[in-house]
Amino acid sequence: MTAEKMALAKAINESLRTALDSDPKVLIMGEDVGKLGGVFRVTDGLQKDFGEDRVIDTPLAESGIVGTAIGLALRGYRPVVEIQFDGFVFPAYDQIVTQLAKMHARALGKIKLPVVIRIPYGGGIGAVEHHSESPEALFAHVAGLKVVSPSNAGDAYWMMQQAIHSDDPVIFFEPKRRYWDKSEVNREAIPGPLHKARVVREGTDLTLAAYGPMVKVCQEAAAAAQEEGKSLEVLDLRSMSPIDFDAVQASVEKTRRLVVVHEAPVFLGTGAEIAARITERSFYHLEAPVLRVGGYHAPYPPARLEDEYLPGLDRVLDAVDRSLAY
Amino acid sequence: MTVESTAARKPRRSAGTKRTAAKKPPGAQPDLVQLLTPEGKRVKNGEFDAYVADITPEELRGLYRDMVLTRRFDAEATSLQRQGELGLWASLLGQEAAQIGSGRATREDDYVFPTYREHGVAWCRGVDPANLLGMFRGVNNGGWDPNSNNFHLYTIVIGSQTLHATGYAMGIAKDGADSAVIAYFGDGASSQGDVAESFTFSAVYNAPVVFFCQNNQWAISEPTERQTRVPLYQRAQGYGFPGVRVDGNDVLACLAVTKWALERARRGEGPTLVEAFTYRMGAHTTSDDPTKYRADEEREAWEAKDPIQRLRTYLEASNHADEGFFAELEAESEALGKRVREVVRAMPDPDSFAIFENAYADGHALVDEERAQFAAYQASFADEGEGDQR
Repeated sequence: MTAEKMALAKAINESLRTALDSDPKVLIMGEDVGKLGGVFRVTDGLQKDFGEDRVIDTPLAESGIVGTAIGLALRGYRPVVEIQFDGFVFPAYDQIVTQLAKMHARALGKIKLPVVIRIPYGGGIGAVEHHSESPEALFAHVAGLKVVSPSNAGDAYWMMQQAIHSDDPVIFFEPKRRYWDKSEVNREAIPGPLHKARVVREGTDLTLAAYGPMVKVCQEAAAAAQEEGKSLEVLDLRSMSPIDFDAVQASVEKTRRLVVVHEAPVFLGTGAEIAARITERSFYHLEAPVLRVGGYHAPYPPARLEDEYLPGLDRVLDAVDRSLAY
Repeated sequence: MTVESTAARKPRRSAGTKRTAAKKPPGAQPDLVQLLTPEGKRVKNGEFDAYVADITPEELRGLYRDMVLTRRFDAEATSLQRQGELGLWASLLGQEAAQIGSGRATREDDYVFPTYREHGVAWCRGVDPANLLGMFRGVNNGGWDPNSNNFHLYTIVIGSQTLHATGYAMGIAKDGADSAVIAYFGDGASSQGDVAESFTFSAVYNAPVVFFCQNNQWAISEPTERQTRVPLYQRAQGYGFPGVRVDGNDVLACLAVTKWALERARRGEGPTLVEAFTYRMGAHTTSDDPTKYRADEEREAWEAKDPIQRLRTYLEASNHADEGFFAELEAESEALGKRVREVVRAMPDPDSFAIFENAYADGHALVDEERAQFAAYQASFADEGEGDQR
């Protein structure tokens, strides 16, 4: 048997285990990643099996976690650090943006910074403030960083492997509300490139482009639309830096309509970038303006309101209807 | 005892008791490790003498030479900035002893994490001074391979490098190596969270790192009193490792104390904070105007403690150097200045495509796309001047 079904969190755990096993330079670092196995148990059991020297519980200091990971990378290690929640990454933002992202270029390519920063992100779990944000655009905007997000367990397993093997710093956004969703993981598969988008559902009338937690919503929207006789293509972008614009363009030039869906605020977001690029690349193929569905220009709301804030089936289908009405 | 131990703070006086005289009058200097007085006299220090006991006259002349040449290089760079050849320069004038003393204490396999002012430490590490000028001239943002001399790139964001140093030291410990790391920063940086976090991490993981704070009294226009209410070296005790204040204008003391701290690190005894008490004689950078915030008398008082003059007095008084040595060094100094001038003026602007170089190690589709667009745009000027009206 080559494929087994497992939850996304378990797939990342297995991927980290594989990496720790195969390369003594790989380290896991973060708050509570050891005995507890992380607040989402993504690193469950790793310290027990690989020791406190490889799976390192750190002081409660995000800048310190990333800053020391940079130093360890300079020494030849490949640290995979966990930021406990999306909203807690900002104390480390300076180290990520001013140091981690730029050091390779400043050294004229002579040093490499193979650091992976894992960030459980996004809403939908009823959490308190600072535990449900989607700051991916803030990282994708910074040259020197790569930014990815898996949408399912199989991808999560392989994308984590590829992120750890990358000689560039990778911001690895984990869709926390999909941690418990199960799908197939094939450890013997030959994975596609880390930054290549994937068509998860073929269609002819309109393209839905999404990543991370929104891929599932888009798949559900496409299924619902089919009952109304509409054929939607669903594209899982997988990577926000770089973005596989070729894949989006190819899909759009087939369906002639594009709706980009993400949880992050629409303003100046990933969707804005895709809309601009695709308008430039495929102007004469488009039957409608590229539409975006996402969060509002407001602080992430309290949990009782997050269903209003997060794009759901109806908001996606509403955008589909608006696009098709042109 | 100069090493700060875990002396408890005085308990608050209870109501009704009289204020008792403090141990030391306000503003008094805390213990300062000194081996060479400002007058050039060698003084004994029971704890640290051992670390320079076997120093030879030749090595002493070497320290003097390092300081003179570093000062000359620094002066040349300052002039070049004034002449418009450099966009900015951060002078180390006055801090030569702190940098040469600590820099010469390092071993080849140690690793140095500097700020942007450690020209003297770079000199000790064998980094070509010309390499330091690229970022100040604006032809690169760093420009050297940190691994060729174990001297990391200059770091401009204040204090960030102390965490890189700590992480690197954690790596050394993991490797089971016996080298050590030294992180440089200033009194202003002591206020930064990253410096506090690096103290925490290095203490918790017992990392072999020496924090070398050059307290040059001013963070641009902010005096040390704006950064701290306790002497900086005393910060260490709150983190659980020793802190020591050394006369930063005394190259021998800086050498001895740094050697001691590096050896502690090598033995697995963890981090040390060294506060080199010194003075920035010039401006923060060439953009700064210290006359707006500090008195001439202050600088004059520190001039009397000049690190180079005091070693020269000692060398002469102890017959460790003759006129021939000083004359030869003067000629060497002139030659260095000339070479620096020539190198800077000959430094070519980078190729336009350097914008895109090394943004990523593994490549990035967007960078490739934009490089191609840039190339096409550049190529569009090929026909210019042939009457082609755009």
